[in-house]
Amino acid sequence: MNWLTEPFEWVIYQRALLAAVIIGFTNGYVSAYVVLRKAALKTGSLSHALLPGIAVAIWLFGLTAFNAFAGAVVAALMIGLGSLLVAQTSRIDQDTALGVLYTAAFSGGIVLLNFVNAPGELEHWLFGDIRGMSDSDLWTVFGIAVASLVGLTLFKRPIIVMLFEPNVARSLGIPVTMMNYLLFALVIFVLISSIQAVGCILALGLLVSPGATMLLFTDSPSRLFWGGGFLGAISSVAALIVSYWFDWPPGSSIVLVLGAVFVIAFVASPRYGLASKWRRRHVHDVSSS
Amino acid sequence: MKAHDCKSHHVLEVENLCVSYGKVPAVREVAFETQCGKSVALVGPNGAGKSTLLKALAGLERPECGEIRWRGRAMTQSSHEIAYLPQREEIDWNFPATVRGIVDMGRYPHLGWWRRFRSEDAERVDAALRAMDLEDLQDRQISALSGGQQQRAFLARALAQEAHVFLLDEPFTGLDADAQERLRALFDSLKAEGRLIIASHHDLDTVPSIYDEVLLQATTQVAFGAVHEVFTSRHLKQVFGRAMAVMGGGQTV
Repeated sequence: MNWLTEPFEWVIYQRALLAAVIIGFTNGYVSAYVVLRKAALKTGSLSHALLPGIAVAIWLFGLTAFNAFAGAVVAALMIGLGSLLVAQTSRIDQDTALGVLYTAAFSGGIVLLNFVNAPGELEHWLFGDIRGMSDSDLWTVFGIAVASLVGLTLFKRPIIVMLFEPNVARSLGIPVTMMNYLLFALVIFVLISSIQAVGCILALGLLVSPGATMLLFTDSPSRLFWGGGFLGAISSVAALIVSYWFDWPPGSSIVLVLGAVFVIAFVASPRYGLASKWRRRHVHDVSSS
Repeated sequence: MKAHDCKSHHVLEVENLCVSYGKVPAVREVAFETQCGKSVALVGPNGAGKSTLLKALAGLERPECGEIRWRGRAMTQSSHEIAYLPQREEIDWNFPATVRGIVDMGRYPHLGWWRRFRSEDAERVDAALRAMDLEDLQDRQISALSGGQQQRAFLARALAQEAHVFLLDEPFTGLDADAQERLRALFDSLKAEGRLIIASHHDLDTVPSIYDEVLLQATTQVAFGAVHEVFTSRHLKQVFGRAMAVMGGGQTV
C-alpha cells in the first residue's frame, strides 16, 4: 500500500489532500441541486464569468484571496443579471445573452490577466492547482463548505419541492424567488471555492459530474446529495494520487476521474445503466400495465 | 382513514372570478358554490380555461378579480387542506423519487421545513398507500408505474396531506378502461369520506357516470349545476359551438 501513502508524506500533498476532500465533498453535495435544477450549462457560463472579476479585482486592489473572491462574485452577478436584463428588454433569450456576455467577459479577463501578472498566473486561474493552497485559501474553502452543507441540509425539504414542482412550491408558502437568489449565490460561492483547485474552466466538471453519476444509481434525493458528496471527495483524492504517480496536472486529473466514473456508471449501473436496460429488454418486459 | 365530517359550513364559494395572462383573458365571470362530499366536472373545449381555473382554485394563479372562499375564509389561507394534481405531462417523471417518497411529501405541510418524521406521519403515509392499493409498489420509481398507478400515487399524497379539496387536471386522460373504472370507484370512496373533488374532464360520455355536478366553461362560465340539469345538448352546443351541433350531444370532443 506504499503507493497509496507515499504522496502524502509531502506537506504539499497533505494540504492538497485536505483541500481535495473538502472541495470534492462540497461540490459533489451541491451537484445534486445543479443536476436536478437542470442548470449545468448555465452554471458553466457562470464559472467562466468569474475570471474577469478576479482579474479586475487583482488589477485594482492587488492579489489577495478576499479581493479575488469579491471580484468573482461581482462579475458573476453582473453577467447573470445582465443576461436577465437583455432577455427581458429585447427579443434575445437569456441563453443567447449569456453566451455572448460570458465569452466576451472571459476574453476580457484573459487580456487583463496577461497585462497584470506574471505569466504563470493566467494558467493558475484557468486550470488551478490544488497543491498551491495557502492557509487562507483552505479556510475560505472550509467556510464555504460549512455554509453550503448546512444551508442545503436545513432547507432540503423546500428545495426538493421547488425542484420537483416549482409551481406548487409557491402555493405551499415557500418563498421561491428568495430561495432561488440564495441558491444562485451558493452556487457562485461553491464555484469560487473550486477555482483554486481546478480552475474556472474545469470547475463545472466538479460541480456536475458527481450528481449526474449518482442520478444513475439512486431514486432518493437524500442519497443523491450525500452520495454525490462522497463520490466527489473520493474521486478527488484518487485523482490526486494518480496525478502524483503519473505527473498529470491535478485539476484535470480530478475532472477526468469524475468523467471516467460517470461513463462506467452510465454503462454498468445496476438500475439505470445501459447494460441492465439492455438485459431487461431482452429477458422480460418490466413495469406498467 | 378516518372519515371527515361533512358539515354544512364546509362550502366552497367562488364569486366573479377572472384570471388573465397578460392581456388575454383565460377565465371570466366564474361563480359557483359547492360543498364537501361532491364531485364537480369542469367541461369545455381546449383553451377554455379549465386548467387555469383549477390553478386559480389551488392558489397557483393569482386571480385578477373575484373571490374564492373555503369554509368562509380565503382559500389561500387553507393551503394545507387543498391538494392539486397537475396534468401528467407537467410532471418530471424522471425525478429521483419513489412512490413512498412522493406520498411522504404530503406530510411536509404538517411538518414544516425542519421537523422530523414521527411514527404518526409514517402511519398516515402507510394508510394512504393502503387506501390507494400501492403498498407493493411503494419502492418503485415513479416513471416505472402505469398511468393509473401514477394517478393513484398523487392521490395517496393528497390523502397523506389530509386534504379536503382535491383539484385534478384531466385525471382520466390516458387511462385504460379498467384504470378508469378503478379511479371512478376511488372518487366515490373519497366523496363518502366527505372530500370535495373538482376535476377537468374532456370525455363527455363519462361525465354523468362519474360526477355529481358540472361546470361548463368557454372562458366565461356557461352553466353550473347538477349533472342531470345542466349537462344538456342545448348547453353543450353553447359551449362547444357549431361542431357540437353537427355531432349531436353525448359525443366525445
